[in-house]
Amino acid sequence: MNFKLKVWRQQNENTAGQFRDYEAINIPAEASFLEMLDIVNEGLIARQEEPIAFDSDCREGICGMCSLVVNGIAHGPGKAKTTCQLYMRRFQDGETIWIEPFRAAAFPIVKDLIVDRSAFDRIIQAGGYITARTGSAPDANSIPIGKTVADLAMEAAACIGCGACAAACPNSSAMLFVAAKISHLGLLPQGQPERTSRVRNMVRTMDALGFGSCTNHYECEAVCPAEISATFISRLNRDYAVASIREGLAARG
Amino acid sequence: MPSATASPTQTKRGSSNPFIAFCQSSIGKKIIVGVTGVYLIVFITGHLLGNLEIYLGQDHVNAYAQFLQGLGPILWLERAILIAAVVIHIVVTIQLAAENRAARPQKYAHYNYQAAKPSSRTMIYSGLLVLCFVIYHLLQFTFMTTNPEYRHLEDHLHRHDVYRMMILGFQQPIISLFYAAAIFFLAAHLSHGFSSVVQTLGINNQKVSGFVSNGGRWFSWLIFAGYVSIPVSILIGLIK
Amino acid sequence: MTTQLDARIPSGPLADKWTKHRAESKLVNPNNKRKFDILVVGSGLAGASAAASLAELGYHVKCFCFQDSARRAHSIAAQGGINAAKNYQNDGDSVFRLFYDTIKGGDFRSREANVYRLAEVSANIIDQCVAQGVPFAREYGGLLANRSFGGAQVSRTFYARGQTGQQLLLGAYQALSDQINMGGVKMFPRSELLDLVIVDGHAKGIVVRDLKTGEISSFPGDAVVLATGGYGNVFYLSTNARGCNVSATYRAYKRGAFFANPCYTQIHPTCIPVGGPYQSKLTLMSESLRNDGRVWVPKNKGESRRPDQIPEAERDYYLERKYPSFGNLAPRDIASRSAKEVCDEGRGVGPGGLGVYLDFAESIRRLGEQTIRERYGNLFDIYHNITGENAYQVPMRIYPAVHYTMGGLWVDYNLMSNVPGLHVLGEANFSDHGANRLGASALMQGLADGYFVIPCTIANYLATQLGKKVSPDRPEFRAVEEEVRGRVKKLLSIKGKRSATSFHQELGLLVWEQCGMARSRDGLKDALQKIGPLREEFWENLNVLGGQQELNQSLEQAGRVADFLEFAELMCLDALEREESCGGHFRVEYQTEEGEAVRNDKDFCHVTAWQYTGPDSKPVANIEPLVFENVKLAQRSYK
Ligand SMILES: Cc1cc2nc3c(=O)[nH]c(=O)nc-3n(C[C@H](O)[C@H](O)[C@H](O)COP(=O)(O)OP(=O)(O)OC[C@H]3O[C@@H](n4cnc5c(N)ncnc54)[C@H](O)[C@@H]3O)c2cc1C
Ligand code: HEM
Ligand code: FES
Repeated sequence: MNFKLKVWRQQNENTAGQFRDYEAINIPAEASFLEMLDIVNEGLIARQEEPIAFDSDCREGICGMCSLVVNGIAHGPGKAKTTCQLYMRRFQDGETIWIEPFRAAAFPIVKDLIVDRSAFDRIIQAGGYITARTGSAPDANSIPIGKTVADLAMEAAACIGCGACAAACPNSSAMLFVAAKISHLGLLPQGQPERTSRVRNMVRTMDALGFGSCTNHYECEAVCPAEISATFISRLNRDYAVASIREGLAARG
Repeated sequence: MPSATASPTQTKRGSSNPFIAFCQSSIGKKIIVGVTGVYLIVFITGHLLGNLEIYLGQDHVNAYAQFLQGLGPILWLERAILIAAVVIHIVVTIQLAAENRAARPQKYAHYNYQAAKPSSRTMIYSGLLVLCFVIYHLLQFTFMTTNPEYRHLEDHLHRHDVYRMMILGFQQPIISLFYAAAIFFLAAHLSHGFSSVVQTLGINNQKVSGFVSNGGRWFSWLIFAGYVSIPVSILIGLIK
Repeated sequence: MTTQLDARIPSGPLADKWTKHRAESKLVNPNNKRKFDILVVGSGLAGASAAASLAELGYHVKCFCFQDSARRAHSIAAQGGINAAKNYQNDGDSVFRLFYDTIKGGDFRSREANVYRLAEVSANIIDQCVAQGVPFAREYGGLLANRSFGGAQVSRTFYARGQTGQQLLLGAYQALSDQINMGGVKMFPRSELLDLVIVDGHAKGIVVRDLKTGEISSFPGDAVVLATGGYGNVFYLSTNARGCNVSATYRAYKRGAFFANPCYTQIHPTCIPVGGPYQSKLTLMSESLRNDGRVWVPKNKGESRRPDQIPEAERDYYLERKYPSFGNLAPRDIASRSAKEVCDEGRGVGPGGLGVYLDFAESIRRLGEQTIRERYGNLFDIYHNITGENAYQVPMRIYPAVHYTMGGLWVDYNLMSNVPGLHVLGEANFSDHGANRLGASALMQGLADGYFVIPCTIANYLATQLGKKVSPDRPEFRAVEEEVRGRVKKLLSIKGKRSATSFHQELGLLVWEQCGMARSRDGLKDALQKIGPLREEFWENLNVLGGQQELNQSLEQAGRVADFLEFAELMCLDALEREESCGGHFRVEYQTEEGEAVRNDKDFCHVTAWQYTGPDSKPVANIEPLVFENVKLAQRSYK
């Protein structure tokens, strides 16, 4: 198969970028999207042109490293998959394919299609954990957790932290990411002691980092490779409201 | 030397006053928009029910109008809250919209929407159009600036003849069309706004979400049907 | 000259060793802990858990990883589960049984004391993870669920859907994030270790390249902890993530740390076969598929008919034929080797003839498509997404792939290598799995090392280092930095014709052929003859574009391939010198008539720890004899 690529090239954060045209020639239909780019890159290297920089690691949809917007869709067409799980047979022979980086003020471009998502790490650092000093834990079965709750927590915990939600959101909002962690930990009995401070600190850090707010378009849910439900955002809103009231009451004495 | 990721304690955390911090936070602002939105929904629903009295005849409508006028300070309080709600609703959404724009400084060359509906993407426009209409609407029927002749309409009990005023107003096809268009935008605003507010106020969950979004659509088109039925009935002569 | 290896195994009965060791280990008092800087390289299960736990104790920790976030370490990809001797199922599990299974699974090539400790702390791992909020699968009553994994006779595997590695890693990552927030850990993502700094014989620093800016700098520390994962990518294609590399451990090896048992590599029998030269990685399919699928190839070489057109009589269900009692459930290595044999005979299927059928037709006829869909639906979906084939209608094609590496840097009971101060955790060390790792045991080992072992044992080293902080101005730091810069510069200045990938592919194919599932003396010698010239060509004909002072993925890759090109030789050498078959190391010369591996306990019941002696001289093989006091060495049989 052959494709015409329009690829965003940008030397670094401080220079302007632009689209460049490339031809992807003789691509096997069984190749993955990233393997197609590998082939294009090998061709570029052979022609003494700098290869296109893009992130990937596991190449099986779990590490969350790959991060392309293909034809205007974060992780490309198709439900519940990452860019590395996208295969060329999905495209038409001869098709023009637009490839852009995840775009958000909070995800500055590092080079070409690579963005800096450390903002997500900072949000987790602000409270996305349960403090449990190593070695101090009680027996694992001392706290039974109903299967329904445990399963729901797992659904939220499945987030791979790729950032597609913020990339797809017209407001570059990180709410789905934050909601997933808040719900995962907030649903579990172990997560209760820090529930108030967790949501407060994570949301305020999210705001400070320059993510937008949620206007309930659900673009995030549509592209999420882990199929995290946007209803977790509602849970986040509720948790945040409750935490704010608690905070207010505590401040008044 | 390679740089370590900064720890979040170094990033700004907002005000130490819990209330201000809440109002400055994205979710806090959303909740404010939501609460004022709910208030506005309640208002337009009540307003619709009042308007629908037109089907019960001149007497009913005018009595209702007089009853409202008779509330005096309570009416003014209600109006003040309404105005405040509208102002807050608008100011905060505009703030949010500005922040959201700043969050995506560089647009995609090609964006392909997967889930967003026209109604959700045009909230600010549908809202502003509704606002324009509301202003005209107030000028027409409340302050009667556009149509000073309405001031002198009186029924046989010497009450202000709101019934006639509505009929006179809507007998002009242009006015009716404009009214219907505005209500259309209101319905569009609500068809997203209704389910959106359920989500924003933290009531949504996986079990009810389908119901809520369908319910929102039904609700807003019912509102549309209710409001628009009045000029239509007047134009086709059902109400004279 | 060989060095006497002292594993520092505590004396006393097996079951008491760890308790006793903990009681006797040195302590560093809280005031002094604050004075120590520990450099943890790697943020996988082993690295993240270690960094977080050490910081909790009060040490100053710096943690490095090459991904853009600590959460993306390769541990994230583990699916099946994690073992622990909890005996929650009341099915007779115990610490001793887990210990015994691990030792036996490792084909009696691991150290008793370490394995026993692993089994012992396994239970604490589950407690710790649950406290952190890891959402393990549960039963309706709210208690933890277990499953039996990889042929174990007890149900001791804890799991979180098919994402156990992800959930465990996120638990450790969150603990790490907590410590970053508290200021105990400084995290350096997108930072690659390129060398180790030795000062007066001790590991006292590392040299790192900031992958974003290209800047090369050194970090001094009082101790170094390597948790950089396995080297499966020496084969180019493997189930490992693309970035997995041997560089960190190999650089340490070149600085004097011993590399133990590099030839112990594990092959997984059920992966999606290679589709063509474009392929960048292999995807694991759960072994559970073999419960209902039948493995076969055509009887005729060069068969060109579609599978459904090949009549029963012309199919060879070779596992059922050769191993009538185990059939399609024959152990990993036997299943893998048999697949290779039939493909070598020219009877393989699919592109390039490297694949065998895993056929569900009969199960679907017997149980109905619905049942098969319920059992394996998501695996069939993955298969369909990758290959475009519908396995409900045509047989799946599978082929073995490299999955895990048991070899690694040699460490003593304290997880310290022979270089004082250099500690090695997780898949990067050689310690617990002998010649073969059991399913669901790598996650257990990574977390045992990081949460429970190193926080205690590192004090034994640090207590000797009070007041011995080395100054970052020591010339050793500049010297190593300069060496690293020189190397990077050299890679950039070759300006030849071939990409690093093409060298990597060629090397991978070579070692896969000769040092993969089955190894022979001649094959290994052949490989050893070819690696040298390939490496020479690499240094003459490599083409790396772009510069040093920027993000440059080709440069990163070239550095890793350069190390693989040297390491491959060590791996083949080890395979050549280990004249026996054991676990993942199968030498065709040492097998029974039925194709069973034959161990040589008389001559090879030991660890081989290789010592670097210079670029052109053969490394020295140091021996750590393995003493078994608590188990009897047995030969396995799957007939
Ligand atoms: C597909 C798959 C499925 C698996 N399933 C299971 C399972 O079900 N159960 C089980 O027990 N095991 C399983 N395993 C094995 C297990 O996942 C790994 O052995 C284990 O996670 C290794 O953990 P680690 O912490 O040692 O290393 P890794 O998780 O590999 O982490 C290595 C870390 O080191 C860093 N690093 C590496 N090199 C450098 C360098 N040069 N400079 C700086 N940083 C560096 C990386 O950034 C990373 O943070 C599976 C493996 C695979 C491939
Ligand atoms: C009768 C008049 C109005 C009603 C009933 C109404 C109702 C609502 C409701 C219920 C919401 C959803 C809130 C949420 O998601 O939390 C909403 C959102 C919004 N409203 Fe209004 N509104 C009205 C007028 C206006 C006006 C005049 C504007 C002018 C700017 C406006 C702008 C917006 C915007 C931009 C949003 C979207 C906010 C978001 O999606 O986050 N609205 N409105
Ligand atoms: S590369 Fe890991 S998710 Fe795509």
